Amino acid sequence: MARLAQIDPSPEFRGGAGAGAKAKLALVESLLAEQEARPCALFVLRWLVRHAGIERGFCAVVDGDMSRITGLTGIGVPLAALDSFTLPLDDRAHPLVVALAGAEPVAFHSSGQGLLRPFDTPLGADSFHAVPLSRSAEHGDFSPGLLLLTSRGDGPLGEDVRWAAEILGVRLVSLWYRRAQMDERRHKRERSWLFGIINAVTDPILLTDSDGRILIANAGAEMLLTADDQKSEGRRRAVALNNMLFSAALFNAEGSEQSRKELLLVDPTDGQDLLFEVLSTPVKIRFGEAGVVSILRNVTDLRRASEEIEENYRKLRAAEVEARAERDRLDLILNSVVDPILVTDPAGNIMLMNPPAERMFTVRNSAGSSTEAERRVRANDAVFTSFVSTNIFAGASRHWRGELTLVDPETGANVPLEAISGRVSSQRGEETAVVTILHDLTDAVEKAQLYEQVKRHSEELREKVRLATAELAEQNELLRRQAFQLEQASAAKSQFLANVSHELRTPLNAIIGYTHLMLEGVSGALNPAQNEKLGRVDSNARHLLSIINDLLDIARIESGKLPIQVERVVVPDLVDEVMTEVEPLIAGTSLAVARSIAPDVPELRTDRQKVKQIILNLLSNALKFTPQGSVSIVLDYHAPDEEVSVAVADTGIGISDENQSTIFEAFGQADSSYAKRHGGTGLGLSICRRLATILGGRITLVSKLGEGSTFTLYLPRRTRK
Amino acid sequence: MSQEPETAAVLPPLVLIVDDVDHGREICSEYLEFRGFRVATAADGQEALDKAFELLPDVILMDLSLPKIDGWEATRRLKKDERTRAIPVVALTAHALADAHEKALEAGCDSVVTKPCLPKDLEAEVRRQLAGRTR
Repeated sequence: MARLAQIDPSPEFRGGAGAGAKAKLALVESLLAEQEARPCALFVLRWLVRHAGIERGFCAVVDGDMSRITGLTGIGVPLAALDSFTLPLDDRAHPLVVALAGAEPVAFHSSGQGLLRPFDTPLGADSFHAVPLSRSAEHGDFSPGLLLLTSRGDGPLGEDVRWAAEILGVRLVSLWYRRAQMDERRHKRERSWLFGIINAVTDPILLTDSDGRILIANAGAEMLLTADDQKSEGRRRAVALNNMLFSAALFNAEGSEQSRKELLLVDPTDGQDLLFEVLSTPVKIRFGEAGVVSILRNVTDLRRASEEIEENYRKLRAAEVEARAERDRLDLILNSVVDPILVTDPAGNIMLMNPPAERMFTVRNSAGSSTEAERRVRANDAVFTSFVSTNIFAGASRHWRGELTLVDPETGANVPLEAISGRVSSQRGEETAVVTILHDLTDAVEKAQLYEQVKRHSEELREKVRLATAELAEQNELLRRQAFQLEQASAAKSQFLANVSHELRTPLNAIIGYTHLMLEGVSGALNPAQNEKLGRVDSNARHLLSIINDLLDIARIESGKLPIQVERVVVPDLVDEVMTEVEPLIAGTSLAVARSIAPDVPELRTDRQKVKQIILNLLSNALKFTPQGSVSIVLDYHAPDEEVSVAVADTGIGISDENQSTIFEAFGQADSSYAKRHGGTGLGLSICRRLATILGGRITLVSKLGEGSTFTLYLPRRTRK
Repeated sequence: MSQEPETAAVLPPLVLIVDDVDHGREICSEYLEFRGFRVATAADGQEALDKAFELLPDVILMDLSLPKIDGWEATRRLKKDERTRAIPVVALTAHALADAHEKALEAGCDSVVTKPCLPKDLEAEVRRQLAGRTR
């Protein structure tokens, strides 16, 4: 108030040479009448234009928080430039800040002499004067503001300018002071409201500075975080602990972002744990200093409740899973049963059924005559429902059994079924459901029939097998016996033949012997007729003898009583031997007999005598049955088969195709007249083939009637005994 | 006794014909005598042994099927005895089965001739045996 008294309008004009006293008075009066800073400044600027030779100008004032200067109002200045003008007071070296601190106006020149302006002002490029307002020492280093003015014609400032600046400074300070008082009262009021509000909030609320010191705390926060000396020891400790915990939480939450975290504190009154959710919001307090507003929400109960809910939910889920598994198992069981199973309510309405039951009680889409199928299904349903409900009301027992006939919805065939039903009762004893299993009796009947059939067939089969086996055994026995008999018969035959031949030989010996004696003239000379006739006796007797000998050979071969003497045999030598023996025969013909031997014919291990017999027989035959032409013997070796071949080829009478197949049989000589003519027995080839076989070889024949024959004997290198 | 070789050189060879069949003996002996041999005959095995030891023939024609002692046994005994061991024995058999043949060789016969046979074939065999002995 004292300062206000100083700027009371009893103006002391310092050198008021320019404006008249009347004008100055008028300015003072208008300033006093105005309660706002901006109109006051405008009055002064207008006054200076009118009375103090000022052309343009503006007023910049220090901000409420003393941090900078901003444009307040001006004349002849662009409004935008004015609004945007600002100068931080921190920049103490700035010429305008220096001017503000000084007592005297400072002149800035646009060019040439004086100070250059290293900054922009709303005044543009012109030279100007910076005039500090009321340089009263009571306001410290700073005046409340500056007037920046350009004078007309760039002339010096008059004394009135300084006066007006002082007047304006005093007035602005007085206005601000009053404003500050009013603000203070309002702030107090608002502060108490604010405290009322934050205390009314049960959640603890705190404002802390950057060091974590509590600046403001509501009642809830105080309860947790403050305790005076009167309070109990335990409570003080709890509070100390809470402070520590809270500071730690805040420290961790540092940053510019709003953060939310959980904080466990102790209730100082009963020592119980309290869980809070802390919502921390960074705020600016005083001159950019950082602080944090923290709101603590007690979530102890909430947490407990949510945990309980969670636990319940978990249990529910577990129960649900279990129930579902149970249900799945049940479904699996139901679905795996081949018989229809149905669950009905006590009225007989179907609640649940497995697929076999669905076949009977639902219509499949694929069914052709769906209406027919539907009718059958309805009929089935009716039959079944009545079956269940009748039994439910009539029955006293828990289970019952019955038979009913349904219709196959697809085929319309009657299906006789056995039904077994069981009641399902609730814990209170009331009927809740009936479970029925249907068993298809057609199947059973059919199966029984089928089984009977199968059994019958199987028995028939078994009987047949038994009979067949018996028959087989009988036949086997028969065969065995026959084989034995055959063996015996064969042996008997051989023995018989041997005996017969012996018995035949003895008289034949006499015939031949005596004939010979007589032909040799032992009993005296014979006349020519006797000689000729005796000669016939002799030749017939000899033919008979050779037949007997050949027959005996065959008998011996067949009875297996012909021993094989395996030795080294040089086949070419053997052939030469044979040829020597038949020399007399060859001499009696005009045939060309040739022999050809391959160089690689190896030595054989075989029965020399038998090979010789075969070759001799073949060669004799060739000579016998070839009236003219040639006979050749060709020896060859077939390495891959390890076989030696002896081919006897002639240009003789040949053998017809049909006779070729029988020529090797006993008495199979093609033309019996030939046998007679040549004295053959008709057994030679038969014996040859048999001999070749027991030596492990074979004889082949290639022949054409009238052109000749080639008999080939094949022998293995080694004959096995 | 010192004259024996000289006598033997003059006398034709003696053939002992053993056969139980009369006509067999007859044909053989008649033919061989006709052909210049000396001939003795026996109708069974025992007689054959007796005559062989008594006459010591040059060749024996031995039928194998004989009464009393058969031809095989008789041959075995002859071949065991010092005196008769060297005399060739030609077996005569009407048994055409091979085992008869083999058994004859086993018993010690020097060759086997199957009956029936021509008397001239027999003569050839006898001559072969005699030639073998002299050699």
